[in-house]
Amino acid sequence: MTVQSGRSRRLTRSGRWLRGAVGIAVLFAVSEAVTRAGIVDRSYLPPASSIIGRAAELAGDSAFLGQVRHTMTAWAMGMGIALAIAVPLGLILGTVPVISTASRAIVEFLRPIPSVALIPLVELLLGSGYETEVTLVVYASVWPILFNTIYGLQDVDPVAKDTLYAFGFRKVEVIGRVSLPSAAPFIATGIRLAAAVALIVSIGSEIISGFGSGLGIFIGQAQNTIDGTRDVLAGTVWAGCLGLLINALLQLAENRLLGWERSRTEAAS
Amino acid sequence: MSRVLRSAAGRWLPLAILVGLWEVGARLRRDPFYPPPSKIVGHMHDLWFSGPATHAFLTRTATDNLLPSLARLAVALFASALIGVVLGLALGRSERVRAYLDPILQFCRAIPPPTLVPVFIVFLKIGTQMQIVSIIFSALWPMLLNTANGARSVDQLQLATAEVFRLSPFERVWRIILPASMPQIFAGLRIALSLSLILMVFSELLPGTENGIGFELTDAYSRSDLPTMWAAIVLLGILGYLFNLFLLTVERRVLAWHRSARKVAQ
Repeated sequence: MTVQSGRSRRLTRSGRWLRGAVGIAVLFAVSEAVTRAGIVDRSYLPPASSIIGRAAELAGDSAFLGQVRHTMTAWAMGMGIALAIAVPLGLILGTVPVISTASRAIVEFLRPIPSVALIPLVELLLGSGYETEVTLVVYASVWPILFNTIYGLQDVDPVAKDTLYAFGFRKVEVIGRVSLPSAAPFIATGIRLAAAVALIVSIGSEIISGFGSGLGIFIGQAQNTIDGTRDVLAGTVWAGCLGLLINALLQLAENRLLGWERSRTEAAS
Repeated sequence: MSRVLRSAAGRWLPLAILVGLWEVGARLRRDPFYPPPSKIVGHMHDLWFSGPATHAFLTRTATDNLLPSLARLAVALFASALIGVVLGLALGRSERVRAYLDPILQFCRAIPPPTLVPVFIVFLKIGTQMQIVSIIFSALWPMLLNTANGARSVDQLQLATAEVFRLSPFERVWRIILPASMPQIFAGLRIALSLSLILMVFSELLPGTENGIGFELTDAYSRSDLPTMWAAIVLLGILGYLFNLFLLTVERRVLAWHRSARKVAQ
Protein backbone atom coordinates (compact mmCIF):
# COMPACT_ATOMS: atom_id res chain seq x y z
CA MET A 1 0.00 0.00 0.00
CA THR A 2 1.38 3.40 -0.86
CA VAL A 3 0.23 6.40 1.03
CA GLN A 4 0.87 9.52 -0.96
CA SER A 5 -1.30 12.51 -1.55
CA GLY A 6 -0.95 14.40 -4.82
CA ARG A 7 0.76 17.31 -3.10
CA SER A 8 3.84 15.35 -2.04
CA ARG A 9 4.83 14.27 -5.54
CA ARG A 10 8.58 13.56 -5.67
CA LEU A 11 10.75 16.23 -7.22
CA THR A 12 12.81 15.25 -10.21
CA ARG A 13 16.56 15.56 -10.15
CA SER A 14 16.55 18.63 -12.38
CA GLY A 15 13.74 20.12 -10.29
CA ARG A 16 15.94 19.84 -7.23
CA TRP A 17 18.93 21.37 -9.00
CA LEU A 18 16.86 24.22 -10.31
CA ARG A 19 15.43 25.01 -6.90
CA GLY A 20 18.88 24.85 -5.34
CA ALA A 21 20.15 27.33 -7.91
CA VAL A 22 17.18 29.63 -7.24
CA GLY A 23 17.91 29.46 -3.51
CA ILE A 24 21.53 30.50 -4.04
CA ALA A 25 20.50 33.28 -6.46
CA VAL A 26 17.98 34.70 -3.96
CA LEU A 27 20.56 34.68 -1.14
CA PHE A 28 23.06 36.35 -3.45
CA ALA A 29 20.55 39.04 -4.50
CA VAL A 30 19.45 39.75 -0.92
CA SER A 31 23.01 40.16 0.37
CA GLU A 32 23.81 42.34 -2.64
CA ALA A 33 20.77 44.55 -2.04
CA VAL A 34 21.36 44.85 1.70
CA THR A 35 24.92 46.09 1.25
CA ARG A 36 24.28 48.29 -1.81
CA ALA A 37 21.36 49.98 -0.07
CA GLY A 38 23.68 50.82 2.81
CA ILE A 39 21.74 48.86 5.44
CA VAL A 40 25.02 47.22 6.43
CA ASP A 41 28.35 49.02 6.33
CA ARG A 42 30.34 47.84 3.29
CA SER A 43 33.52 47.48 5.28
CA TYR A 44 31.63 45.17 7.63
CA LEU A 45 29.94 43.06 5.01
CA PRO A 46 30.97 43.63 1.39
CA PRO A 47 28.41 42.82 -1.33
CA ALA A 48 28.29 39.18 -2.41
CA SER A 49 29.45 40.02 -5.94
CA SER A 50 32.65 41.58 -4.65
CA ILE A 51 33.36 38.59 -2.37
CA ILE A 52 32.82 36.10 -5.19
CA GLY A 53 34.86 38.30 -7.54
CA ARG A 54 37.71 38.38 -5.06
CA ALA A 55 37.51 34.61 -4.54
CA ALA A 56 37.73 34.10 -8.31
CA GLU A 57 40.65 36.52 -8.51
CA LEU A 58 42.48 34.53 -5.82
CA ALA A 59 42.24 31.42 -7.99
CA GLY A 60 44.82 33.04 -10.28
CA ASP A 61 47.01 34.31 -7.44
CA SER A 62 49.98 31.97 -7.12
CA ALA A 63 50.88 33.22 -3.64
CA PHE A 64 47.36 32.43 -2.43
CA LEU A 65 47.39 29.03 -4.11
CA GLY A 66 50.65 28.33 -2.28
CA GLN A 67 48.88 29.05 1.01
CA VAL A 68 46.05 26.68 0.08
CA ARG A 69 48.57 24.03 -0.91
CA HIS A 70 50.28 24.37 2.48
CA THR A 71 47.03 23.81 4.34
CA MET A 72 45.98 20.90 2.15
CA THR A 73 49.38 19.22 2.49
CA ALA A 74 49.20 19.41 6.28
CA TRP A 75 45.63 18.13 6.09
CA ALA A 76 46.53 15.21 3.83
CA MET A 77 49.61 14.21 5.85
CA GLY A 78 47.63 14.34 9.08
CA MET A 79 44.76 12.32 7.64
CA GLY A 80 47.15 9.73 6.20
CA ILE A 81 48.95 9.23 9.51
CA ALA A 82 45.63 9.15 11.39
CA LEU A 83 44.30 6.45 9.04
CA ALA A 84 47.47 4.39 9.41
CA ILE A 85 47.14 4.56 13.20
CA ALA A 86 43.39 4.41 13.75
CA VAL A 87 42.23 1.59 11.47
CA PRO A 88 44.75 -1.07 12.62
CA LEU A 89 44.38 0.04 16.24
CA GLY A 90 40.59 -0.05 15.89
CA LEU A 91 40.83 -3.58 14.47
CA ILE A 92 42.81 -4.74 17.49
CA LEU A 93 40.64 -2.92 20.00
CA GLY A 94 37.45 -4.05 18.30
CA THR A 95 38.28 -7.75 17.89
CA VAL A 96 40.24 -8.66 21.01
CA PRO A 97 37.68 -8.42 23.85
CA VAL A 98 40.22 -8.17 26.68
CA ILE A 99 42.03 -5.21 25.14
CA SER A 100 38.73 -3.68 24.06
CA THR A 101 37.31 -3.32 27.58
CA ALA A 102 40.72 -2.39 28.93
CA SER A 103 41.23 0.45 26.51
CA ARG A 104 37.73 1.87 26.59
CA ALA A 105 38.27 4.23 29.52
CA ILE A 106 41.45 5.61 27.96
CA VAL A 107 39.73 6.25 24.63
CA GLU A 108 36.66 7.75 26.30
CA PHE A 109 38.82 10.18 28.20
CA LEU A 110 41.19 11.25 25.43
CA ARG A 111 38.57 11.51 22.69
CA PRO A 112 36.62 14.52 24.00
CA ILE A 113 39.69 16.74 24.56
CA PRO A 114 39.11 19.42 21.92
CA SER A 115 42.15 19.32 19.65
CA VAL A 116 42.49 23.12 19.53
CA ALA A 117 43.18 23.09 23.27
CA LEU A 118 46.44 21.37 22.43
CA ILE A 119 47.58 24.20 20.11
CA PRO A 120 49.50 26.18 22.78
CA LEU A 121 51.12 23.09 24.31
CA VAL A 122 52.14 21.52 20.99
CA GLU A 123 53.45 24.87 19.79
CA LEU A 124 55.57 25.15 22.89
CA LEU A 125 56.89 21.62 22.39
CA LEU A 126 57.42 21.60 18.62
CA GLY A 127 57.51 25.26 17.59
CA SER A 128 55.08 26.52 14.97
CA GLY A 129 55.22 24.90 11.58
CA TYR A 130 54.28 21.75 9.73
CA GLU A 131 55.10 19.44 12.62
CA THR A 132 52.74 21.22 14.99
CA GLU A 133 49.93 21.45 12.46
CA VAL A 134 50.21 17.83 11.36
CA THR A 135 50.39 16.61 14.97
CA LEU A 136 47.20 18.48 15.80
CA VAL A 137 45.43 17.18 12.69
CA VAL A 138 46.45 13.62 13.56
CA TYR A 139 45.16 13.97 17.11
CA ALA A 140 41.85 15.39 15.91
CA SER A 141 41.21 12.83 13.19
CA VAL A 142 42.33 9.65 14.96
CA TRP A 143 39.33 9.58 17.30
CA PRO A 144 36.42 9.60 14.85
CA ILE A 145 38.09 6.88 12.73
CA LEU A 146 39.12 4.79 15.73
CA PHE A 147 35.74 5.10 17.40
CA ASN A 148 33.78 4.20 14.27
CA THR A 149 36.07 1.25 13.51
CA ILE A 150 35.52 -0.21 16.98
CA TYR A 151 31.81 0.55 16.80
CA GLY A 152 31.49 -1.03 13.35
CA LEU A 153 33.30 -4.19 14.44
CA GLN A 154 30.93 -4.64 17.37
CA ASP A 155 28.01 -4.56 14.97
CA VAL A 156 29.17 -7.50 12.86
CA ASP A 157 26.55 -10.21 12.35
CA PRO A 158 27.58 -13.04 14.72
CA VAL A 159 25.88 -15.66 12.56
CA ALA A 160 28.13 -14.81 9.62
CA LYS A 161 31.21 -15.07 11.82
CA ASP A 162 30.12 -18.36 13.39
CA THR A 163 29.39 -19.78 9.95
CA LEU A 164 32.96 -19.14 8.85
CA TYR A 165 34.33 -20.51 12.12
CA ALA A 166 32.24 -23.64 11.56
CA PHE A 167 33.85 -24.05 8.16
CA GLY A 168 37.24 -23.96 9.84
CA PHE A 169 38.40 -20.46 8.95
CA ARG A 170 40.93 -18.93 11.28
CA LYS A 171 40.30 -15.76 13.24
CA VAL A 172 42.42 -13.57 10.95
CA GLU A 173 40.55 -14.85 7.91
CA VAL A 174 37.19 -14.23 9.56
CA ILE A 175 38.24 -10.65 10.30
CA GLY A 176 39.33 -10.13 6.71
CA ARG A 177 36.29 -11.77 5.12
CA VAL A 178 33.45 -10.75 7.43
CA SER A 179 34.35 -8.22 10.12
CA LEU A 180 36.28 -5.71 8.04
CA PRO A 181 33.87 -5.60 5.07
CA SER A 182 30.84 -5.23 7.31
CA ALA A 183 32.55 -2.54 9.41
CA ALA A 184 33.74 -0.69 6.29
CA PRO A 185 30.71 1.64 5.98
CA PHE A 186 31.17 2.73 9.60
CA ILE A 187 34.87 3.31 9.03
CA ALA A 188 34.03 5.37 5.94
CA THR A 189 31.65 7.53 8.00
CA GLY A 190 34.42 7.99 10.57
CA ILE A 191 36.81 9.08 7.83
CA ARG A 192 34.34 11.68 6.56
CA LEU A 193 33.83 13.08 10.07
CA ALA A 194 37.59 13.12 10.61
CA ALA A 195 38.20 14.89 7.29
CA ALA A 196 35.92 17.75 8.32
CA VAL A 197 37.44 18.10 11.80
CA ALA A 198 40.95 17.89 10.32
CA LEU A 199 40.19 20.87 8.06
CA ILE A 200 38.83 22.82 11.04
CA VAL A 201 41.95 22.09 13.08
CA SER A 202 44.48 22.79 10.33
CA ILE A 203 42.96 26.16 9.42
CA GLY A 204 42.17 26.96 13.06
CA SER A 205 45.72 26.29 14.23
CA GLU A 206 47.04 28.53 11.44
CA ILE A 207 44.74 31.38 12.50
CA ILE A 208 45.89 31.04 16.12
CA SER A 209 49.62 30.70 15.45
CA GLY A 210 49.54 33.86 13.29
CA PHE A 211 52.67 33.35 11.23
CA GLY A 212 53.97 30.83 8.70
CA SER A 213 51.79 30.01 5.73
CA GLY A 214 48.42 28.47 4.98
CA LEU A 215 44.84 29.43 4.25
CA GLY A 216 44.32 30.24 7.94
CA ILE A 217 47.29 32.61 7.84
CA PHE A 218 45.79 34.37 4.80
CA ILE A 219 42.52 34.82 6.69
CA GLY A 220 44.20 35.79 9.95
CA GLN A 221 46.33 38.44 8.26
CA ALA A 222 43.48 39.80 6.15
CA GLN A 223 41.55 40.36 9.37
CA ASN A 224 44.12 42.93 10.49
CA THR A 225 43.99 45.10 7.37
CA ILE A 226 41.51 47.82 6.52
CA ASP A 227 38.60 46.48 4.47
CA GLY A 228 40.04 43.03 5.12
CA THR A 229 36.61 41.47 5.61
CA ARG A 230 36.35 40.98 1.85
CA ASP A 231 39.52 38.89 1.87
CA VAL A 232 38.42 36.99 4.98
CA LEU A 233 35.11 36.12 3.33
CA ALA A 234 36.74 35.24 0.01
CA GLY A 235 39.04 32.92 1.97
CA THR A 236 36.00 31.49 3.72
CA VAL A 237 34.37 30.78 0.36
CA TRP A 238 37.52 28.87 -0.59
CA ALA A 239 37.54 26.98 2.70
CA GLY A 240 33.88 26.05 2.23
CA CYS A 241 34.54 24.86 -1.32
CA LEU A 242 37.48 22.76 -0.12
CA GLY A 243 35.24 21.25 2.57
CA LEU A 244 32.55 20.46 -0.01
CA LEU A 245 35.08 19.02 -2.45
CA ILE A 246 36.67 16.77 0.17
CA ASN A 247 33.29 15.53 1.30
CA ALA A 248 32.11 14.93 -2.27
CA LEU A 249 35.26 12.99 -3.19
CA LEU A 250 35.06 10.85 -0.07
CA GLN A 251 31.36 10.21 -0.68
CA LEU A 252 32.12 9.24 -4.28
CA ALA A 253 34.87 6.85 -3.20
CA GLU A 254 32.56 5.42 -0.57
CA ASN A 255 29.76 4.81 -3.07
CA ARG A 256 32.15 3.22 -5.52
CA LEU A 257 33.76 0.94 -2.98
CA LEU A 258 30.81 0.22 -0.75
CA GLY A 259 27.78 0.81 -2.93
CA TRP A 260 26.33 -2.44 -1.71
CA GLU A 261 25.91 -1.23 1.84
CA ARG A 262 24.92 2.39 1.54
CA SER A 263 21.74 2.08 3.53
CA ARG A 264 23.66 1.04 6.62
CA THR A 265 26.01 4.00 6.47
CA GLU A 266 23.09 6.38 6.28
CA ALA A 267 21.79 4.96 9.54
CA ALA A 268 25.09 5.47 11.31
CA SER A 269 26.04 8.91 10.13
CA MET B 1 27.66 -6.22 43.57
CA SER B 2 31.05 -7.82 43.12
CA ARG B 3 30.34 -8.08 39.41
CA VAL B 4 29.69 -4.36 39.26
CA LEU B 5 32.96 -3.76 41.11
CA ARG B 6 34.84 -6.13 38.82
CA SER B 7 33.56 -4.48 35.67
CA ALA B 8 34.38 -1.05 37.09
CA ALA B 9 37.87 -2.32 37.89
CA GLY B 10 38.25 -3.76 34.40
CA ARG B 11 37.18 -0.43 33.01
CA TRP B 12 39.30 1.91 35.09
CA LEU B 13 42.30 -0.23 36.04
CA PRO B 14 44.08 0.11 32.66
CA LEU B 15 43.69 3.89 32.82
CA ALA B 16 45.07 3.84 36.36
CA ILE B 17 48.02 1.72 35.22
CA LEU B 18 48.71 4.07 32.33
CA VAL B 19 48.60 7.09 34.63
CA GLY B 20 50.90 5.23 37.05
CA LEU B 21 53.43 4.53 34.30
CA TRP B 22 53.31 8.18 33.24
CA GLU B 23 53.89 9.20 36.86
CA VAL B 24 56.96 7.00 37.18
CA GLY B 25 58.32 7.96 33.77
CA ALA B 26 57.83 11.68 34.35
CA ARG B 27 59.47 11.51 37.78
CA LEU B 28 62.47 9.68 36.37
CA ARG B 29 62.93 12.04 33.42
CA ARG B 30 62.23 15.27 35.30
CA ASP B 31 61.35 16.96 32.01
CA PRO B 32 59.60 20.25 32.84
CA PHE B 33 57.53 19.89 29.64
CA TYR B 34 55.93 16.67 30.87
CA PRO B 35 54.98 17.07 34.54
CA PRO B 36 53.84 13.93 36.42
CA PRO B 37 50.05 13.44 36.77
CA SER B 38 50.17 13.90 40.55
CA LYS B 39 51.62 17.36 40.00
CA ILE B 40 48.98 18.19 37.39
CA VAL B 41 46.15 17.09 39.68
CA GLY B 42 47.66 19.01 42.58
CA HIS B 43 47.93 22.04 40.38
CA MET B 44 44.30 21.65 39.25
CA HIS B 45 43.30 21.60 42.91
CA ASP B 46 45.31 24.70 43.78
CA LEU B 47 44.21 26.53 40.68
CA TRP B 48 40.48 25.90 40.68
CA PHE B 49 39.17 23.75 43.52
CA SER B 50 40.77 25.06 46.70
CA GLY B 51 38.28 27.88 47.24
CA PRO B 52 36.04 28.52 50.25
CA ALA B 53 33.15 26.16 50.98
CA THR B 54 30.68 28.99 50.43
CA HIS B 55 31.74 29.08 46.76
CA ALA B 56 31.43 25.30 46.35
CA PHE B 57 35.23 25.15 46.81
CA LEU B 58 35.80 27.07 43.58
CA THR B 59 38.59 29.61 43.53
CA ARG B 60 38.37 33.05 41.95
CA THR B 61 40.27 31.76 38.90
CA ALA B 62 37.65 29.04 38.52
CA THR B 63 34.64 31.33 38.78
CA ASP B 64 36.31 33.87 36.50
CA ASN B 65 37.33 31.41 33.77
CA LEU B 66 35.57 28.05 33.98
CA LEU B 67 32.05 29.33 34.57
CA PRO B 68 31.98 31.84 31.68
CA SER B 69 33.25 29.12 29.31
CA LEU B 70 30.64 26.64 30.45
CA ALA B 71 27.88 29.24 30.37
CA ARG B 72 28.73 30.20 26.78
CA LEU B 73 28.86 26.55 25.77
CA ALA B 74 25.50 25.83 27.40
CA VAL B 75 23.73 28.86 25.91
CA ALA B 76 25.11 28.23 22.43
CA LEU B 77 24.39 24.50 22.44
CA PHE B 78 20.87 25.05 23.70
CA ALA B 79 20.21 27.72 21.06
CA SER B 80 21.64 25.54 18.27
CA ALA B 81 19.61 22.55 19.37
CA LEU B 82 16.40 24.56 19.59
CA ILE B 83 16.82 26.37 16.26
CA GLY B 84 18.22 23.27 14.56
CA VAL B 85 15.39 20.98 15.65
CA VAL B 86 12.59 23.45 14.86
CA LEU B 87 13.94 24.40 11.43
CA GLY B 88 15.08 20.84 10.75
CA LEU B 89 11.61 19.41 11.36
CA ALA B 90 10.10 21.99 9.00
CA LEU B 91 12.77 21.34 6.41
CA GLY B 92 12.42 17.60 6.69
CA ARG B 93 8.70 17.71 6.04
CA SER B 94 8.77 19.89 2.94
CA GLU B 95 10.73 18.51 0.03
CA ARG B 96 10.32 21.77 -1.86
CA VAL B 97 11.71 24.06 0.83
CA ARG B 98 14.54 21.61 1.29
CA ALA B 99 15.35 21.71 -2.42
CA TYR B 100 15.63 25.51 -2.28
CA LEU B 101 17.88 25.60 0.78
CA ASP B 102 19.93 22.42 0.56
CA PRO B 103 22.97 23.77 -1.37
CA ILE B 104 23.25 26.77 0.94
CA LEU B 105 23.00 24.62 4.07
CA GLN B 106 25.49 22.07 2.77
CA PHE B 107 27.91 24.90 2.02
CA CYS B 108 27.45 26.41 5.48
CA ARG B 109 28.18 23.04 7.06
CA ALA B 110 31.28 22.59 4.90
CA ILE B 111 32.81 25.91 6.02
CA PRO B 112 35.33 25.28 8.80
CA PRO B 113 33.84 27.57 11.51
CA PRO B 114 37.18 29.15 12.59
CA THR B 115 37.40 30.94 9.22
CA LEU B 116 34.30 32.98 10.06
CA VAL B 117 35.41 33.92 13.55
CA PRO B 118 37.34 36.99 12.24
CA VAL B 119 34.09 38.17 10.60
CA PHE B 120 32.16 37.71 13.83
CA ILE B 121 34.84 39.75 15.59
CA VAL B 122 34.29 42.62 13.14
CA PHE B 123 30.54 42.55 13.76
CA LEU B 124 30.40 41.87 17.48
CA LYS B 125 33.86 42.79 18.86
CA ILE B 126 35.78 40.25 20.92
CA GLY B 127 33.67 39.03 23.78
CA THR B 128 30.86 36.77 24.89
CA GLN B 129 28.45 37.56 22.04
CA MET B 130 30.99 36.79 19.36
CA GLN B 131 32.01 33.61 21.17
CA ILE B 132 28.43 32.39 21.46
CA VAL B 133 27.75 33.12 17.78
CA SER B 134 30.92 31.25 16.80
CA ILE B 135 29.86 28.17 18.77
CA ILE B 136 26.34 28.34 17.31
CA PHE B 137 27.75 28.49 13.79
CA SER B 138 29.61 25.24 14.41
CA ALA B 139 26.78 23.38 16.13
CA LEU B 140 23.72 24.56 14.21
CA TRP B 141 24.32 22.84 10.84
CA PRO B 142 24.77 19.27 12.08
CA MET B 143 21.69 19.73 14.30
CA LEU B 144 19.60 21.14 11.47
CA LEU B 145 20.63 18.71 8.73
CA ASN B 146 20.43 15.65 10.96
CA THR B 147 16.97 16.60 12.22
CA ALA B 148 15.82 17.19 8.65
CA ASN B 149 17.12 13.75 7.68
CA GLY B 150 15.27 12.19 10.59
CA ALA B 151 12.02 14.02 9.87
CA ARG B 152 12.23 12.93 6.25
CA SER B 153 12.25 9.26 7.07
CA VAL B 154 9.05 9.13 9.11
CA ASP B 155 6.97 6.03 8.50
CA GLN B 156 4.28 6.88 5.92
CA LEU B 157 1.82 4.49 7.53
CA GLN B 158 2.05 6.34 10.85
CA LEU B 159 1.37 9.64 9.11
CA ALA B 160 -1.61 8.15 7.32
CA THR B 161 -2.91 6.88 10.65
CA ALA B 162 -2.51 10.36 12.09
CA GLU B 163 -4.56 11.70 9.21
CA VAL B 164 -7.29 9.17 9.86
CA PHE B 165 -7.44 10.16 13.52
CA ARG B 166 -7.50 13.85 12.53
CA LEU B 167 -4.48 14.80 14.59
CA SER B 168 -3.78 18.52 14.50
CA PRO B 169 -0.53 19.58 12.79
CA PHE B 170 1.02 20.32 16.18
CA GLU B 171 0.04 16.90 17.52
CA ARG B 172 1.38 15.24 14.40
CA VAL B 173 4.77 16.87 14.92
CA TRP B 174 4.81 16.27 18.67
CA ARG B 175 3.56 12.68 18.69
CA ILE B 176 4.91 11.23 15.46
CA ILE B 177 7.52 13.25 13.60
CA LEU B 178 9.61 14.42 16.56
CA PRO B 179 9.81 10.98 18.24
CA ALA B 180 10.67 9.33 14.92
CA SER B 181 13.48 11.85 14.37
CA MET B 182 15.00 11.33 17.83
CA PRO B 183 17.82 8.92 16.87
CA GLN B 184 19.05 11.33 14.20
CA ILE B 185 18.64 14.32 16.52
CA PHE B 186 20.87 12.65 19.09
CA ALA B 187 23.43 11.75 16.44
CA GLY B 188 23.43 15.44 15.51
CA LEU B 189 23.79 16.47 19.16
CA ARG B 190 26.88 14.31 19.59
CA ILE B 191 28.57 15.93 16.59
CA ALA B 192 27.40 19.38 17.71
CA LEU B 193 28.83 18.82 21.20
CA SER B 194 32.32 17.94 20.00
CA LEU B 195 32.36 20.79 17.49
CA SER B 196 31.16 23.33 20.04
CA LEU B 197 33.86 22.26 22.50
CA ILE B 198 36.40 22.98 19.74
CA LEU B 199 34.89 26.39 19.00
CA MET B 200 34.51 27.24 22.68
CA VAL B 201 38.25 26.88 23.17
CA PHE B 202 39.14 28.36 19.78
CA SER B 203 37.14 31.54 20.35
CA GLU B 204 38.90 32.02 23.68
CA LEU B 205 42.40 31.46 22.35
CA LEU B 206 42.27 34.62 20.23
CA PRO B 207 44.25 37.65 21.38
CA GLY B 208 42.05 40.15 23.21
CA THR B 209 39.96 37.57 25.07
CA GLU B 210 39.43 38.32 28.73
CA ASN B 211 38.32 35.06 30.31
CA GLY B 212 37.63 31.39 29.75
CA ILE B 213 39.50 28.09 29.76
CA GLY B 214 41.08 29.00 26.41
CA PHE B 215 42.21 32.31 27.87
CA GLU B 216 43.90 30.47 30.74
CA LEU B 217 45.67 28.34 28.15
CA THR B 218 47.07 31.29 26.16
CA ASP B 219 47.87 33.11 29.35
CA ALA B 220 49.84 30.11 30.59
CA TYR B 221 51.49 29.80 27.15
CA SER B 222 52.74 33.38 27.30
CA ARG B 223 54.31 32.64 30.71
CA SER B 224 55.52 29.14 29.65
CA ASP B 225 53.52 27.86 32.62
CA LEU B 226 53.34 24.19 31.65
CA PRO B 227 51.53 22.80 34.72
CA THR B 228 48.60 25.16 34.07
CA MET B 229 48.47 24.20 30.39
CA TRP B 230 48.40 20.50 31.26
CA ALA B 231 45.81 21.15 33.95
CA ALA B 232 43.53 22.95 31.47
CA ILE B 233 43.85 20.11 28.94
CA VAL B 234 43.09 17.45 31.54
CA LEU B 235 40.14 19.50 32.76
CA LEU B 236 38.77 19.75 29.22
CA GLY B 237 39.10 15.97 28.87
CA ILE B 238 37.15 15.41 32.09
CA LEU B 239 34.48 17.95 31.13
CA GLY B 240 34.13 16.46 27.65
CA TYR B 241 33.84 12.99 29.14
CA LEU B 242 31.13 14.12 31.57
CA PHE B 243 29.16 15.91 28.84
CA ASN B 244 29.29 12.82 26.64
CA LEU B 245 28.22 10.66 29.54
CA PHE B 246 25.29 12.97 30.25
CA LEU B 247 24.23 13.00 26.61
CA LEU B 248 24.49 9.22 26.41
CA THR B 249 22.37 8.77 29.53
CA VAL B 250 19.65 11.07 28.22
CA GLU B 251 19.81 9.38 24.83
CA ARG B 252 19.48 5.94 26.34
CA ARG B 253 16.42 7.01 28.30
CA VAL B 254 14.71 8.73 25.42
CA LEU B 255 15.53 6.11 22.83
CA ALA B 256 14.71 3.16 25.09
CA TRP B 257 11.19 4.46 25.16
CA HIS B 258 11.38 5.08 21.45
CA ARG B 259 12.58 1.56 20.74
CA SER B 260 9.91 -0.10 22.85
CA ALA B 261 7.28 2.05 21.16
CA ARG B 262 8.62 0.89 17.81
CA LYS B 263 8.45 -2.71 18.91
CA VAL B 264 4.80 -2.36 19.90
CA ALA B 265 4.02 -0.69 16.60
CA GLN B 266 5.49 -3.50 14.55
